[in-house]
Amino acid sequence: MTYAVRCASVRFGDTLALDNVSLQVEPGAVLAVVGGDGAGKTTLLRALVGQAQLATGEVDAPPAEAIGYMPATAGSWSSLSVAQNMDFVGGIYGLSGNALTSRRDELLDRASLGSSIDQLASALSGGMRRKLGFSLAMLHDPPLLVLDEPSTGIDPVSRIDLWRMVSEAAAAGAAVVMSTTYLDEAERAAHLLVLDGGRTLASGTLADVLDSFDGAISTTARPRRRAWAWRRGREYHEYWPTTAGVPIDAAAVTPDLEDVVVTLSMLKRHESELAS
Amino acid sequence: MTTTSASEGNPTTLLAADRVGRKFKDFTAVDDVTLRVGPGEVVGLLGANGAGKTTLIRMLLGLLATTVGEVELLGGPPDRQLRRRLGYVPQGLGLYRDLTVAENLAFSAQAYETAVPELPESLRPVADRLIADLPLGLQRQLAFLSALAHSPEVLVLDEPTSGVDALARAALWDTIHEQAEAGVGVLVTTHNMAEAEQCDRLLLMSHARLVAQGSQTDIIGSTTAIAIRTNDWARAFAVLNQAGQPVMLSGRDVRVADADADQVRAVLADAGMSAEVFGVPATIEERMMVLARGPKAP
Repeated sequence: MTYAVRCASVRFGDTLALDNVSLQVEPGAVLAVVGGDGAGKTTLLRALVGQAQLATGEVDAPPAEAIGYMPATAGSWSSLSVAQNMDFVGGIYGLSGNALTSRRDELLDRASLGSSIDQLASALSGGMRRKLGFSLAMLHDPPLLVLDEPSTGIDPVSRIDLWRMVSEAAAAGAAVVMSTTYLDEAERAAHLLVLDGGRTLASGTLADVLDSFDGAISTTARPRRRAWAWRRGREYHEYWPTTAGVPIDAAAVTPDLEDVVVTLSMLKRHESELAS
Repeated sequence: MTTTSASEGNPTTLLAADRVGRKFKDFTAVDDVTLRVGPGEVVGLLGANGAGKTTLIRMLLGLLATTVGEVELLGGPPDRQLRRRLGYVPQGLGLYRDLTVAENLAFSAQAYETAVPELPESLRPVADRLIADLPLGLQRQLAFLSALAHSPEVLVLDEPTSGVDALARAALWDTIHEQAEAGVGVLVTTHNMAEAEQCDRLLLMSHARLVAQGSQTDIIGSTTAIAIRTNDWARAFAVLNQAGQPVMLSGRDVRVADADADQVRAVLADAGMSAEVFGVPATIEERMMVLARGPKAP
């Protein structure tokens, strides 16, 4: 069973929040939806879980009870303890008694939250809070897991923990869609979809995205065209439309995901400036 | 006379800590940390939550007393007067959400008794918008502009690029490097390990102490990871996970940080799996995870 959003557009008043975007994810795979604030990540994820009304397009997703959805905000109740959060959500999915207790303990153990079971969610660190949100989304063992920025703003060690939990869910057969602002996280996913201003900048496997890059990147201490250059430490990377265009005294580099995403964003902005 | 100061009388040290420690009752938040930031340097401060970064920064800014050791900001113990020569962008940005862009700038310029800076092209169209209505990337640009208006000699930036897109991140790093090239010393914390390459030098804190410093290679030290390539990653993952290895997915490979290749091979062989198993350099996150976990059980 493949889950998908096809050619979706979403409007909020005059704003086109999502402009003809598609995604597809298979069981046992992780798709990372990458972009900054306002890229359309949340709208796309909400479209997938049936919480955003499409102007055009269609969605193939299981019914709500077969989806584990973790929204970008909270995802747990701050005035309830860790155990109460799990019991409350478990109840919604009709879990009770030993089945609930054993599933709850297993998930909290994986999330290293076993010793915090009686703490209020509000007393947890940001990273622990996200791990609790993830455990709640996983409680009913859904075939489709949709995680909205599980890792933004949390520390690298908690992020590794979360990534391990995401990997575990995929290894057990779940289809996972997660949004992120971190490109290194997207590189670790099997598939990625880069959004900018509600539109698709790139999609596919990491290799697909890198291979489809059209142009060349040079590294230099003094960029020729400042508008097409960005910092990589003390040096700059600069974009050239063709390999032949790279100046003789500049060294060409193999573009990485950061180079590709920055360049595609610049080209898109340039295009929309020309259009207006 | 043998007085020592945190900057050891070095006039080119902008920010210094000398064997600084801080306890909260019985809890040691910062233990024996020594660091310096000189003019034109971009120094990255890394560490997991609870490693002590925030406590250290608050002491460096003079907002929290040290339990032991000394800190120096621009050659003296940090006080109100010296702090006026510092630019600080906190994680929460420190903007007034119910004021407009222009009002925020005017307010902060007045506080520092400096001229109101001119808005860059990107912020001009939103001069009269409330902060609460702005995208995060623009809010971050404004917080920078506001912190730089009084031409500070030292910049302290807490998670300056969190949550913004690649282009906005590139613009913020342009600004940071421009400042450094003009002689400003920069101390920056980040959770985005891809940004480590933007810094001239890195400091890694774990469990209240400074545990490594230098380049990315210096930080990773001797930590390695094992990569496993098979045609059934999910099964390899399950088998290694079952065996208690800290395993994770990386594309279509599986990785285990700080593991023994032979042990990994043995676990896979026991499960009747054939796989390519090879050592790879660890990432900074993996190094941090290994440190956070503490010493391995024998």
